[in-house]
Amino acid sequence: MKPGHQTFDWHRLAGLMRKESLQIMRDPSVALIAFALPVILLLLFTYAVSLDIRQVPLGVVLQNDGEAAQSLAAAFSGTRYFRVVPLRTRRAAADLLVAGRLRGFVVIPQDFSRRLQSGMRQGLVQVVGDGSQPNTANFVAVYAQGVIGQWLAARADSATTAPVIEPRFWFNPDVESRRFLVPGALAIVMTIIGTLLSALLVAREWERGTMEALMATPVSVVEILAGKLIPYFLLGLIAMLIATLLSVTVFEVPLRGSWLALLAVSACFLVPALGQGLLISVLGKNQFVAAQAALLTGYLPAFMLSGFLFEIDSMPLPVQFLTHVVPARYFVTCLQTLFLVGDTWALLLPDMGAMLLLGLVFFLLARRKLHKTLE
Amino acid sequence: MNTAEVAIPTQDAGAQPAIRLELVSKRFGAREALKSVSATLARGRLTGVVGPDGAGKTTLMRLMAGLLKPDQGQIRVSGLDTVQDADDLHFVTGYMPQRFGLYEDISVIENLRLYARLRGLASGEQSELFARLLDFTRLAPFQERLAGQLSGGMKQKLGLACALMGEPEVLLLDEPGVGVDPVSRQELWRMVDALTSDGMAVIWSTAYLDEAERCAEVLLLEQGQLAYAGAPEGLTRRLHGRSYHLSSPQGDRRSWLAQALELPQVCDGVIQGEGLRVVLRQGQDLAPLADLASRAASTMTPVPPRFEDAFVDLLGGGPGGKSVLAEHFPAVPRHEGATVSCRGLTRRFGSFVATDHVDFDIRQGEIFGLLGPNGAGKSTTFRMLCGLLSPSSGEARVMGHDLARAVGAAKRQLGYMAQKFSLYGLLSVQQNLAFFAGVYGLSGAAKSERIDEMVHIFQLEDHLAASPDSLPFGIRQRLALACALMHRPPVLFLDEPTSGVDPITRREFWTHINGLVHKGVTILVTTHFMEEAEYCDRVALMVQGRVIALDKPDALKSQVADAAMPDPTMEQAFIRLIERVGASKETT
Repeated sequence: MKPGHQTFDWHRLAGLMRKESLQIMRDPSVALIAFALPVILLLLFTYAVSLDIRQVPLGVVLQNDGEAAQSLAAAFSGTRYFRVVPLRTRRAAADLLVAGRLRGFVVIPQDFSRRLQSGMRQGLVQVVGDGSQPNTANFVAVYAQGVIGQWLAARADSATTAPVIEPRFWFNPDVESRRFLVPGALAIVMTIIGTLLSALLVAREWERGTMEALMATPVSVVEILAGKLIPYFLLGLIAMLIATLLSVTVFEVPLRGSWLALLAVSACFLVPALGQGLLISVLGKNQFVAAQAALLTGYLPAFMLSGFLFEIDSMPLPVQFLTHVVPARYFVTCLQTLFLVGDTWALLLPDMGAMLLLGLVFFLLARRKLHKTLE
Repeated sequence: MNTAEVAIPTQDAGAQPAIRLELVSKRFGAREALKSVSATLARGRLTGVVGPDGAGKTTLMRLMAGLLKPDQGQIRVSGLDTVQDADDLHFVTGYMPQRFGLYEDISVIENLRLYARLRGLASGEQSELFARLLDFTRLAPFQERLAGQLSGGMKQKLGLACALMGEPEVLLLDEPGVGVDPVSRQELWRMVDALTSDGMAVIWSTAYLDEAERCAEVLLLEQGQLAYAGAPEGLTRRLHGRSYHLSSPQGDRRSWLAQALELPQVCDGVIQGEGLRVVLRQGQDLAPLADLASRAASTMTPVPPRFEDAFVDLLGGGPGGKSVLAEHFPAVPRHEGATVSCRGLTRRFGSFVATDHVDFDIRQGEIFGLLGPNGAGKSTTFRMLCGLLSPSSGEARVMGHDLARAVGAAKRQLGYMAQKFSLYGLLSVQQNLAFFAGVYGLSGAAKSERIDEMVHIFQLEDHLAASPDSLPFGIRQRLALACALMHRPPVLFLDEPTSGVDPITRREFWTHINGLVHKGVTILVTTHFMEEAEYCDRVALMVQGRVIALDKPDALKSQVADAAMPDPTMEQAFIRLIERVGASKETT
């Protein structure tokens, strides 16, 4: 090989990176995905998707006018979890439930005072939930029992001194779902930027015919791949910083870890995310196929198999194994650690290593599959 | 421009050929794209890779650029093997793909910068080189413009500039003349001439046979095989004394052509403006043709043979003059007034006026051509006439139906054949025919009868179960025409119907069209292919949204004829007319 004909040349790489950066700056869709989409997703996950129960319409059927019954009804009204609709008959409550205006109702029976005095604790009141929304029905049942339990405890407290169990939740004292949803949402955003954007990259060059002209120059495959990745890597980090800043300031999710650790973790995640996108792009050669593949193999697993919405420990064993090849799984864990706990490097480092390893595999595959020919 | 620094010195020109092809074969699946091609291409020369679409031109160009590997045989470019020395090969070759391969969303100068870096030019050398290339390509005033906003011709020049970066010894240009108007095409020729005279080997692939005549040497490809290699004159010389021009025959020139083509002595014949151009078979008697000419009260004069005559002769001559299609097609009832008309037809896209107050009337049984460079407004006008786009102002009528009010009625009166043939690749030939018959409202016995008729006329019997995509170009074109004519429309619209088509298929196609016109069908053709313009009765030349000239092809030619150019070709006339508009604009 003649001098200057080596397979890697900084000048060529610099030229490609400059071109890619100019394209990023001129392409409004990139700005939209990298900067507007995170804001929309964060808004969605903090306001629209909430796993907390708050102001759920609950019917309270009061069939007994005694002091105790009145006091229990008041206890229901007093919690922020329920918006109480006072009712007189079961019939009225059942109608409202069927009409979808109530998520459940509680019946305080006629013989409530008698049951209470007899020391009966089971079947004191009846709780009815709307089984067509199982999640909410569960919440209604559990919270209603909680309210009754606390009310009983308070009454007992004034009479005798029975032991009271007061729950405490570590890391997220108010059990606010936003605090673990927002880190998960950030992982989704980064998956979209990393995998979806990069999946379109090489495919776009094939589609527009620019790859053919590029292939006929001395440029090498490594330079083509690196020239695409580096600008998008930086773009990803910037988008991550902006999204985190938003989470901390606007959405008031506390970040317990350091910004440096956050950057390091994000950088580690971008390696497999971009690598996966590039691999899809190299194989697909067509933006439509690439976008579909990126959604199916990048976005959906990041959503369902990362532990962001569904806990990995409660998945069937084969699916649990599958989650190990989803880079977002490690990223979600790292982000939740950083946001809820802090810089616990013993937890972060193994996950970072796993992400880098996955990234390496994706890159080697992409490098093998991208040839400098049109065959 | 002085290209001495761009091109390599010529001293080793004799030592080594630019490219040597040895028994090169390439197949894609079951299709053999190239079959045992051997040739030697010299330095300092323009070599044309000539042939119709699907002949294997692009495959050969990509093989020479090292983008494909030959299945058999060997290719050496400047002594480098395209497979083993692929990395070094890209330093000595410049390659311009058929599709514009540069980045449309970055500027002209940024594209140059990118390619300078990819070809390893230090930034110190760049500015001087860019200035020279921009001057050479006359792109200097547009260097800050985004490449996507350049015209077709300017894009090709930019592609050429990028391919010239890094002083290649061999320049490979894949169909640089496609989508380029005649004015820009001339400039490309000028640049290529300058490069070859400095010792560079330039390989120019083309489907236009008139371009082949400008090359020093040609490789003529036909269905993957090398049909001829050598100077174009070597091929045309064989035709010496066999080509004749018959001036304005009395009556319908198309019927005279059909009669001439039916003579056993005649190898080939085409309409040329008002006259005919006829080629005799080798060693055949001239008398029957001379007799036909005297019956037609036409003067017969020998003319120099063209490359295309030679190609048709090489392929065994063109088809006869009878169209089975026209024989089956019922005569269209007489229609009073214009069959297609535009009145002040205008279409704006934002502030850009794509079609600007266009007026014309097409009579029944006329072939009317809409000519113009890319972006002149041909397609926009055409789409409005098809009812695919509504006019901003003005009016368009087909068979008296206003396209603004009665789109459905107007559409039923017209057949449309698109350049890319709107056939469904996932349906078989039979299913395509059935689909189009259904779309045009045929059903039951009438439908199957019409389909059988089309299958018979276009000889599609053997291909009914095949997918259109797997068929040769010529058969696909027949199928597309069959689909467009399924409902026997009185008006037929053709969008660049025979650009890039091999000459035999093209003649067959025009024989059908001539036959249809005889039955009273009105034809509207859009094209930037000059050959097609010759078949038209009248031609409207569009530039920047306006019709700048509208007349018979011969009248347009004589409009620009002068002492320096007594007998201009259609292309020369086109260039002159466009230049006149440009000149009058500059003076106002």
